[in-house]
Amino acid sequence: MRSSDVHVSDGRVSDGRVSDVLVVGGGIIGLVTAWRAAQRGLRTAVVDPDPGGGAARVAAGMLAAVTELHYGEETLLGLNLASADRYPAFVAELEEATGHDVGYRACGTLAVALDADDRAHLRELHALQTRCGLVSEWLSGRECRRLEPMLAPGVRGGLRVDGDHQVDPRRLAAALMAACERAGVVFHRALAERLTVVRDRARGAVLAGGAELTADQVVLAAGSLSGRLAGVPAEVLPPVRPVKGQVLRLRVPPAYAPFLSRTVRAVVRGSHVYLVPRENGELVIGATSEELGWDTTVTAGGVYELLRDAHELVPGLTELPLTETCAGLRPGSPDNAPLLGPSALPGLHLATGHYRNGVLLTPVTGDVMAEALTTGTLPDEARPFTPRRFSPVRQEQPA
Amino acid sequence: MSDDVFTLGGTEFTSRLIMGTGGAPSLDVLERSLVASGTELTTVAMRRLDPTVQGSVLSVLTRLGIQVLPNTAGCYTAGEAVLTARLAREALGTDWIKLEVVADERTLLPDGEELLAAAETLVDDGFTVLPYTNDDPVLARKLEDVGCAAIMPLGSPIGSGLGIRNPHNFQLIVERAAVPVILDAGAGTASDAALAMELGCAAVMLASAVTRAQEPALMASAMRHAVTAGRLAHRAGRIPRRHFAAASSPTEGRAALDPERPAF
Repeated sequence: MRSSDVHVSDGRVSDGRVSDVLVVGGGIIGLVTAWRAAQRGLRTAVVDPDPGGGAARVAAGMLAAVTELHYGEETLLGLNLASADRYPAFVAELEEATGHDVGYRACGTLAVALDADDRAHLRELHALQTRCGLVSEWLSGRECRRLEPMLAPGVRGGLRVDGDHQVDPRRLAAALMAACERAGVVFHRALAERLTVVRDRARGAVLAGGAELTADQVVLAAGSLSGRLAGVPAEVLPPVRPVKGQVLRLRVPPAYAPFLSRTVRAVVRGSHVYLVPRENGELVIGATSEELGWDTTVTAGGVYELLRDAHELVPGLTELPLTETCAGLRPGSPDNAPLLGPSALPGLHLATGHYRNGVLLTPVTGDVMAEALTTGTLPDEARPFTPRRFSPVRQEQPA
Repeated sequence: MSDDVFTLGGTEFTSRLIMGTGGAPSLDVLERSLVASGTELTTVAMRRLDPTVQGSVLSVLTRLGIQVLPNTAGCYTAGEAVLTARLAREALGTDWIKLEVVADERTLLPDGEELLAAAETLVDDGFTVLPYTNDDPVLARKLEDVGCAAIMPLGSPIGSGLGIRNPHNFQLIVERAAVPVILDAGAGTASDAALAMELGCAAVMLASAVTRAQEPALMASAMRHAVTAGRLAHRAGRIPRRHFAAASSPTEGRAALDPERPAF
């Protein structure tokens, strides 16, 4: 199905300018929402100047519900685990529907410590994981290096987490694009400039160039830009901010393969670094975390710090070709958890603020958004993530 | 303690707890911690922030009415620190600067020579300079002499939570300084903050002890109380230490327990 096709549904003729659901933002969150909505029989359109892009183009694709656990985020853990559980079936369905390989790899993760301070930090994480009932196993430094011989001899210990896997977000985005197209989703390759609100209800969007799209329901899934769409009432605008991450890509030549056989991560003297090895030889090193607005410059300092820490962890990686450096913007929310489902403005749903966990939360987001769009209510697992938890008094008024 | 205001750079504060924002797990947790701490002055790293973005740390501080104190974290030379301070003044419209010039990334200890040079330049440039310094009474004196508005010695390295490793040096610094002395770095828990105040510090500055605690807002509240308690103890004046016991109950007027004359 092409976007120029005219199709008939419920007796109404459409050229894509009128739909049941209009998704603003064609990153993986917008795409999975559109795909799942279309599967439920809703005529769905996506507006994005460059669909399939966004933060997923940069992200490493760790599915790290257990190793990304933080104090005070136990509620988010539940959603993360739910989505991790759905990943195998989600990938199977997506690959079946499109013929694409999304690079899902059930390889597990090894989180290691390089000195006594980092070891104490990791021990604390292990205690928290155990309290939360998660499966992770403490290993000695020697045991870590038996699993991953390329690790530095200085490794003092580590956590083996066999449930934290990986996917290739770029291939995931491409597959979701294909799935959307096959499900009849219409793509408008333009920037949405303004939400249309008619009689206190979201009714569509105006695009750059003036074209108007009309829909019964609008989903705002514009990642870090979600807080900037004009026309959204101030008290409904999601409190999402950009958090910059710089990421490096290296290539493991066949002679060095496999180099690493699972995701390896560490806190190196207080700063976090991870190495995600793909089956196709790509090795992703990430990531910085910077509050610098919409800046996506790759800086000397960012690259230096990532390489410095990664080299300390896996000294041999300096032999590998450095193929790419890039920076993206995580959509950060005040409590690091996503905003899912109906907003205070009738007709407007939110699917944004996924912060560090957008790739991990893609399957569950698609499911709960489709449910919200067809029934008007959020399934139980998504209730804590209603946008309404950010009450209007907490919203900022434009200066 | 409204009769006990804390004056820094000509501004009066009620709270003697200065907070940092680094290491907070989320903006929500940071906001709750700041509220619980009762702080009126909070530092932000200029190199790690874009002041024009809405919904950032700065928006939280603005909403809470907390005065923003930019710092020069991440600078290794006087030149970088002076440049960062000037950019901060331009971006935030404040000539207050918490001056940090560190020597190496492993210890994050201040580089005394560079710090003093940067302080001198910035004071001449009209800044209210609050330098993060070693617990060195000589360097503290020199920083005061070039016109710094406070002395902010470390108790122990940034983020180490090792408390005040050399309380005697703190005493020497406090006794000689005519400007406020503020513990900066090293507090790990409430007793560290209380000790700083008992030693005569005018205020306590901390970040990691709160932002990296398991329950940051709870620890912020603990720090607030510790600073208040330590300040009260300092003003009250502690008793001299003695080698042997000195009974706290009076010995006069005790009930007569003379077996010849039973009391009842």
